Amino acid sequence: MFSLELLPDAIVLGILVGCFYAAVSIGLSLAFGLLDVPHIAHPAFLVLGSYGAYLLGRQGWDPLVAGLALMPLFFLLGIAVYRFYYETFERRGSEAGVRGLAFFFGVAFMIEVGLIIVFGVDQRMVEADYIGRSFSVGEMRLPLRMLVASALAVVLTLALTVYLSKTFTGRAIRAVAQDEPALRLMGADPVRIKQRAFGIATAVTAIAGAMLIVVGPVEPSLDRVYIGRTFCVVVLAGLGSMTGTLAAGLILGISESIVLTLFGASWAPAVSFGLLLIVLGVRPQGLFGR
Amino acid sequence: MEAAKRRWLSRAAMFAAAVAVSGAGFVPAAHAQQPIKIGIGIAQTGQLSGGGRAALLALRMWVEDVNARGGMLGRKVELIAYDDQSSPATTPGIYTKLLDVDKVDLLIAPYGTVPTAPIMPLVKERNLLLMGNFSFQGNHKVHHDMYFNNAPLRDAASWCDGFFKLGQGAGAKTVAFLAADQEFAQNLANGAKEIANRVGLKTVYEQSYPPTTVDFSSMIRAIRAAKPDIVFVMSYPNDTVAIVRAVNEIGVGDSVKLFGGGMVGLQFTPIMESLGSMLNGIVNYHTYVPEKTMEFPGIKEFLARYATKAAEAKVDPLGYYLPPFNYAIGQMLEQAITATKSLDQRKLADYLHTHEMKTIVGPIRFRQDGEWDTPRVPMIQFRGIVDKNVEQFRQPGKQVILEPAQYKTGELVQPFEKARK
Repeated sequence: MFSLELLPDAIVLGILVGCFYAAVSIGLSLAFGLLDVPHIAHPAFLVLGSYGAYLLGRQGWDPLVAGLALMPLFFLLGIAVYRFYYETFERRGSEAGVRGLAFFFGVAFMIEVGLIIVFGVDQRMVEADYIGRSFSVGEMRLPLRMLVASALAVVLTLALTVYLSKTFTGRAIRAVAQDEPALRLMGADPVRIKQRAFGIATAVTAIAGAMLIVVGPVEPSLDRVYIGRTFCVVVLAGLGSMTGTLAAGLILGISESIVLTLFGASWAPAVSFGLLLIVLGVRPQGLFGR
Repeated sequence: MEAAKRRWLSRAAMFAAAVAVSGAGFVPAAHAQQPIKIGIGIAQTGQLSGGGRAALLALRMWVEDVNARGGMLGRKVELIAYDDQSSPATTPGIYTKLLDVDKVDLLIAPYGTVPTAPIMPLVKERNLLLMGNFSFQGNHKVHHDMYFNNAPLRDAASWCDGFFKLGQGAGAKTVAFLAADQEFAQNLANGAKEIANRVGLKTVYEQSYPPTTVDFSSMIRAIRAAKPDIVFVMSYPNDTVAIVRAVNEIGVGDSVKLFGGGMVGLQFTPIMESLGSMLNGIVNYHTYVPEKTMEFPGIKEFLARYATKAAEAKVDPLGYYLPPFNYAIGQMLEQAITATKSLDQRKLADYLHTHEMKTIVGPIRFRQDGEWDTPRVPMIQFRGIVDKNVEQFRQPGKQVILEPAQYKTGELVQPFEKARK
């Protein structure tokens, strides 16, 4: 169905979807990109954040406000998880990395099964004034939930970028990713820095998870749908680049949307992963990688 | 010495004969105490689990009932169930385990076309009876003569005829197709396109999407631009919800008279409750709704008992979609085993082929391919649905049957945009 009339809609909707992809990937960019933690459980934490927003939503909370409120709790959870991972795996050397991967697979399964036990397997949705309504610009109709999620994604990206570049802890986090021994010589404890960074990455999944349930219904096994996309965005961006994550999300979202509209939805995943392969072939460190 | 040896051998032979005879008596008795094992792999997690868990509850209810009546052939019945995670990758392994490790006597298929397809060659190769479980055209390529589907769906014609007939009655000339890129949806889509062609409907848009698609705004926008009279959607639960939401936000345009058709998920109570008023106007398939024309003997009592157990088990509270038909699987097996006094798969299959089964979902007679001789796919239209109210779906008039004629309880409200309000 080749129709140029739909191209502007495809681009705009692609931008919205792309911002959403960036939002759900940015925590992983921090954990995997900067800290080299094989955080396969990142999408599972997103789903956990969604269920947290769902629970608070049942008490009348707006889901995005609920996500923000859950960030401190998820920060502490992230610290605990990283500490366990560090003591059990990272401390024992690089060959323990594969076992670390298995650890995070296990964490993901535990989260999924835990959610099934507590909530059951049925889909959960939330309500808000901006869900189910759209904003019209001529013939173009933009779902409000996507607009709100996209705006929040941009704010989140900017906030993280500023934090990592302008604050002492943020610069320490970037330093530990670049040269851990040098940081140690400067008198900072790399483990504590990484712990805090992982905590921040997990805190971000609280608000990103809230965006997830705003965008669509969730069920415990939804993490499997997002695992490929989130890693694709992070690797395409270049490990550790926050603004790169937003850019990669946008590239992915727009390319998927254009291909879907002009050539068919079946081609969309092939195009996005094909793009990733091309970028990695030409620029292995990713678009904005160090 | 020789005589003593001969006496010893003679006594040993008599002793061995006595043991053999009493052993022959022991074996049937021991075997008679073993339960009749029925095996199933069914979605208890994943996107089909909303239906799968409700279906499993219904099967367990039947097992309880039949055991309360003394079992079958003097033996209790045991159901062995594994979680197939709604994934076709798991079912071959599960069913091999059921057969070779658990050594079940009978098999029930997984819920759904996608998980069932991979095990069809296995059951055909091993000449096994398989009770199908809401698989759509699961046997049309394999042609297994011992397959019996509990779903009244049969083929694309039985599914689509009613839908297209409604559309044509409303003056429709064009159709748009939106289908998930997986077994069930593509089976239905292929049949639906042929039928649309045959009845003179022009296809103005068709799209297959990957099952992992998250947002449908672009597709709904494209459908609106194509200005179809009918939109036929074939989707699985996750996509169904996303599509209904996108329709609510983007709109499909004033030209559309009829929207829906093959959306799986709009029969699951949690999804119906969550979507609420967004359901209004959609015309979609179902298998059972609480309208006066569908009061089969035993169905009300079953649903009342089911409702109590469903609340405890935290599964679909209404149980209109799969549970009655899964209970019917048990009823059919019981009738066949009782009549043939056997667990021989061929004998049971022959009986099922040649007799009408009496079930809580009405009488069922099978064709040679294992599908219903008389399909029954009610096309219903959601009307007057309000948000956050499960109990409304127990009332007649909320899911009005438009087709087939013998079950009809109301007329189509169209165009779709008017019906939505």
